[in-house]
Amino acid sequence: MKTANKKITAVSLVKEALEKAKKFEKYNVFTFLNSEGALKKAEEIDKRIARGEEVGRLAGVPYALKDNFLSPEGPTTASAHILEGFVSPVTATAVEKLEAEGAIMIGRTNLDAFAHGSSTENSYYGPTHNAVDFERVPGGSSGGSAAAVALGIVEFATGTDTGGSIRQPASFNGVYGLKPTFGCISRYGVVAMASSLDCIGFFTKTPEDMDLLMTIASGQDSKDLTTLPSYYEVENGGNKAEDAACPSDNSSQAALAKSSCSAEHTAPSASLPIRIGIIKDFDNEAVTPEIREVLKKKCEKLKEKGYEIVELEMPTLKYALAVYYIIQPAEVASNLSRYDGIRYGFRSEKAKDLEEIYDDTRSEGFMPENKRRIMIGNFVLSSGFYDAYFLKAAKARTLIVKEYEEAFSKCDFILTPVSPNYAFKLGEKVNDPVAMYLEDLMSVSLNLAGVPGLAIPVGKTKDGLPLGLQLVGPRRSDMALIEFAKEIA
Amino acid sequence: MKYIPTIGIECHVQLSTKTKLFSEVDNDARGKEPNSCVSPVDYALPGMLPRLNGEAIKFAIRAGKAMNCKINAHSRFDRKHYFYPDSPKGYQITQFYQPIIGAGHVELPSGTKIHIEHAHLEGDAGKLTHFDNYSLVDLNRVDTPLIEIVSMPDIHSAKDAHDYCKELWRLMCFAGVTNGDLYNGNMRFDVNTSIAPEGSDKLGTRTEVKNLNSFRSVERAVEYEIARQTKILEAGEKVVQQTLGWNDATGKTTAQRSKEEAKDYRYMPEPDLPPINLSKEFTEKEAAKLPPMPADYRKKFGNVISGDTLEVLLDYPALMKKLDEVCSEYVKSMSNLFASVLLAEEKSAEYLNDLPSAKDLNELCEMNEKKELSSTATKEVFLRLFDPQMKNRGAKNIAKELGLIQENDLGALEAIIDTVLQKPETKKAQEDYKNGEEKVIGFLVGQVMKESHGKANPSAVQEILRKKLK
Repeated sequence: MKTANKKITAVSLVKEALEKAKKFEKYNVFTFLNSEGALKKAEEIDKRIARGEEVGRLAGVPYALKDNFLSPEGPTTASAHILEGFVSPVTATAVEKLEAEGAIMIGRTNLDAFAHGSSTENSYYGPTHNAVDFERVPGGSSGGSAAAVALGIVEFATGTDTGGSIRQPASFNGVYGLKPTFGCISRYGVVAMASSLDCIGFFTKTPEDMDLLMTIASGQDSKDLTTLPSYYEVENGGNKAEDAACPSDNSSQAALAKSSCSAEHTAPSASLPIRIGIIKDFDNEAVTPEIREVLKKKCEKLKEKGYEIVELEMPTLKYALAVYYIIQPAEVASNLSRYDGIRYGFRSEKAKDLEEIYDDTRSEGFMPENKRRIMIGNFVLSSGFYDAYFLKAAKARTLIVKEYEEAFSKCDFILTPVSPNYAFKLGEKVNDPVAMYLEDLMSVSLNLAGVPGLAIPVGKTKDGLPLGLQLVGPRRSDMALIEFAKEIA
Repeated sequence: MKYIPTIGIECHVQLSTKTKLFSEVDNDARGKEPNSCVSPVDYALPGMLPRLNGEAIKFAIRAGKAMNCKINAHSRFDRKHYFYPDSPKGYQITQFYQPIIGAGHVELPSGTKIHIEHAHLEGDAGKLTHFDNYSLVDLNRVDTPLIEIVSMPDIHSAKDAHDYCKELWRLMCFAGVTNGDLYNGNMRFDVNTSIAPEGSDKLGTRTEVKNLNSFRSVERAVEYEIARQTKILEAGEKVVQQTLGWNDATGKTTAQRSKEEAKDYRYMPEPDLPPINLSKEFTEKEAAKLPPMPADYRKKFGNVISGDTLEVLLDYPALMKKLDEVCSEYVKSMSNLFASVLLAEEKSAEYLNDLPSAKDLNELCEMNEKKELSSTATKEVFLRLFDPQMKNRGAKNIAKELGLIQENDLGALEAIIDTVLQKPETKKAQEDYKNGEEKVIGFLVGQVMKESHGKANPSAVQEILRKKLK
C-alpha cells in the first residue's frame, strides 16, 4: 500500500483519490464525498511527517467507508431513506483503529439499504455500477466499496458481510474480499443487520494489504462483547482469553461459541501436504459453467503443486440458505425496530399521532426489501411459529457448525465458488427476490458457522468479467487464508 | 358459596448499581435533568451494542440468595419486542428463556411460605409524561437494571399479599440491592387475582392489577378484586381476563385502555450478549456477602425484643445492623430507644443515614444501666448523639457537659443528705415524717436534689432518707 512519507505527501494521495472519485462519478460509488475533511486530515499528517512524528502504518492512505459505519464525518445513512441526514456523534471502533494508523476516509460508499441485497440496487440513492462492465451490477450489499477498490479510486475499502456481502461483490469486481471469523473485528458503531451473522471486513487489491488491515483492525473491544483477541496479540503470545468473548447463545451459537473457544487454529503443519477440500454438492447446474471450469482448473494446478485435493460430502449445507433466510430476517426485524421516527433520522410528515408516526415513517422510510425481511422476521418469531421456524433453524445451524468442524478434520481449507454467477445485468434480478437470494447459496453457510472466507480473483470470462473463488478455513484461520491465497490466485 | 382467592405477584425491583445494566452511564438520575443520564447505547443509535454491568449480576445473586433461590449457573438474555417511545431499541432486553435466579421461597413473619417461581434481570423502560396533545419522553430510566420476581400463585388473602410485598421489600433492602424508595417506583407490584369455589381444583379466571407501588394499595386492590369477582360469580356471570389499573383515591380497579388482542412480543435470543456463565466459586463468594436477613434477626432477637417492636425495626436495615453491633445486654434498651425515640423524631429519616457508633451507644446504655443517667437524661443524650455539633464528643462527655450524670456514690450522697438534715428549715419536715406523715419525704428529697444541683439519684436519696429518719 502506498503510504505518505517525506517524498509522497498525504495531500497528493488524497487529491488523486478524490480526482478519480470525480472521474468515476457516473458509477454512483459514493453516497458522500469527504473532500474537505479528507484534505484537512492529509495536511495534518503531512505536518506530522515533516516534524518527524510517528504517523502510523496507514499514513495518508485514502480509503472508502461503507455507508453503514458510524463516524461524525458525513451522514451515516446505510443507503436508507429512514436514516437520511443522520450524522453520528460516535465513531465505529473499526474506523477509530484505521484512522489511528493514519488512514483517511475520502468517501462513504453505496450499499443495498441496510445491507439487504446482493446487487446494490436496493439503495435509496440508486444502484452502483460494476467496475468492469457498466451495464452490470457490482454485487452487494457492499457494491460501492468493491467498485471503489476495483476502479482504483482507493487502495482499500471497508465492508460488512452477513451472508456474502463482501465476498460476492469482491468476486464480481475482481478484487480480494475477506469475511473474517465472527468476532474478529468489533461491530461497535456499524449499523446492525443480523447481529449473530454480521462480520466487518475489507476489500483490497493484494493479500498483503489484507494481512496488514486485519492486524490493525482485529481485536477485543469492550464495546462489543462478542469480539475475539486481535491477531497482533495472538502473534505476540498475548491475551488468549477467548472464553470471555464467546458469541452469544441461541442453541446453535452455543456450539459456535464452543468451537471458537476451545481450539485456537494452528497453521497447517509444514511437514504434511496441505489438503484442499472440494464440496461435491456445489458442482452442479445451478453454478455457471465458467465458474465450475475455473474451480476445476485451479484444483488441477494445486495438485500439480503438491497439494492434496479432498472431496467432501457436506449434506447439511443445502439447508444453509433456508436456515439463513429464517435467522437473518428475524434478527433484521429486531434490529430495525429502533428506526421509529421518534429520536433521529426521517419522520413522515403525514403522521398525526403516535401510531401514524410508526406506520407512516416506517412505510415511507424503508425499501421494499427491508419490509420483506421485517415481515418474514416477525413471522418466524411470532408465538406459535417460533418453534417451527426460528428454533428449528437455530438447531439446523448447530448441525452446519458441526459439519464444518468435521470437514476441517479432513482438510485444511475448502475451495468453493463465491456465488453461482458472475456479475449479472442491472435490473436482471431486481424483481425476483428468490433469484436474488440464490446469489447467497455458497456464501451464507460461513456466516452461520462463523468461519472465515476469502474471495480471491482467479480469472475472467471470455467477455472479460471477473471470476472469483472462495477459500474457507476453520474459525480463527483468517491469517492462514490470506497467506495461502497467493497459491490460488 | 365460599370462594378461595388465589394470588400471584410479580415484583419489579430497581437495582441501585452505580451504572446502568447495558451502558456505563450513571444509574442514579434522582434530581437530574430529563435525558441527561443517557448514553448512545441507551438512546439506541444505530450500531450500538449492549455491554453488561457485572455489578448487576452480583446484585442479582445477592437478591436471589435473600429469597432462598437457586442461582442458575447458565443464563442468558432475550429480546422482547414492542413499539412505544419509552423503549428506544424497540425491544426490552430481558431473560425469557433462561433466567439467572431460579426457584426459592420467602417466609412471611406469620410463618407462611410463599414460593418464588423465578426472578430475572432486565432493563427498565423510559418515562412518558402525557399532556393534552403531546407527550414528553425521558430516557433517564432506560436500562436501569431491574429484577422481576415472579411468585407462585401461593397467596390466598389480601393480608398475605400485603405481607409478602412488604417482606420482599425488606429482603431487597437488607440485601442492599435497591434504594427501596417505593414512592419513586423503586419497587412496583403487578398482582394477579382469581377466585374459585372452595374445594374446586381449578383456578378461576384471573385479572392483573398493574403498577402498584405501596403495600397498602396491594392489599386494597386484592380486597377490591376479591369482592368484585365474588359479586360477578354470585350473579352467575363470568370474570373477564384483563389488565386493570388501581385508583388509590376511589379505591377501585379500572380496566386499562387495552385492545384485548393478545400481545405478541416475538421473543428472540439476544445475539449481542454472551450467555452468563457463573462459576460455583463466584456465586458462593457473592452469596457470602449477603448480610443477615430479617429472618435471621427474628431468630436472634425474638426472645429479647418484643415482637411488635422488632417488626417495626425490621423496616430499617441500618437499625438492625446497629443493634447487631451493640453489646447483647443493651439490645433491649437500645431497641426501645430506636423504636420510641428515634423513629418518633421528625428528622428520623435523616438520622437513619448517620447512626451513632456502637461505642457511643454502648456507653449510653451503660450509663443508663448504672443509673448514672435517668431515663429522661438517656433520651436526651441519645438525641444529642445525632447532633452534628455534639456527636463527635462521645456519649459520656455529652452527658457530663449537660450535667446529666446522677450522683450514685453513697458516701457522697450521705454527706449531702446530712448537710440538708442539719438545715433548720428541714427540721419541721423531719419531725412530721417521724410522726407518720409519709408524703413530706418528697419535700426532703427535693431539698437534697437542690443541694446536689440535680445530680443525685432521687430513688437512692429517698432510700437513704428513710433509713436515717427511722
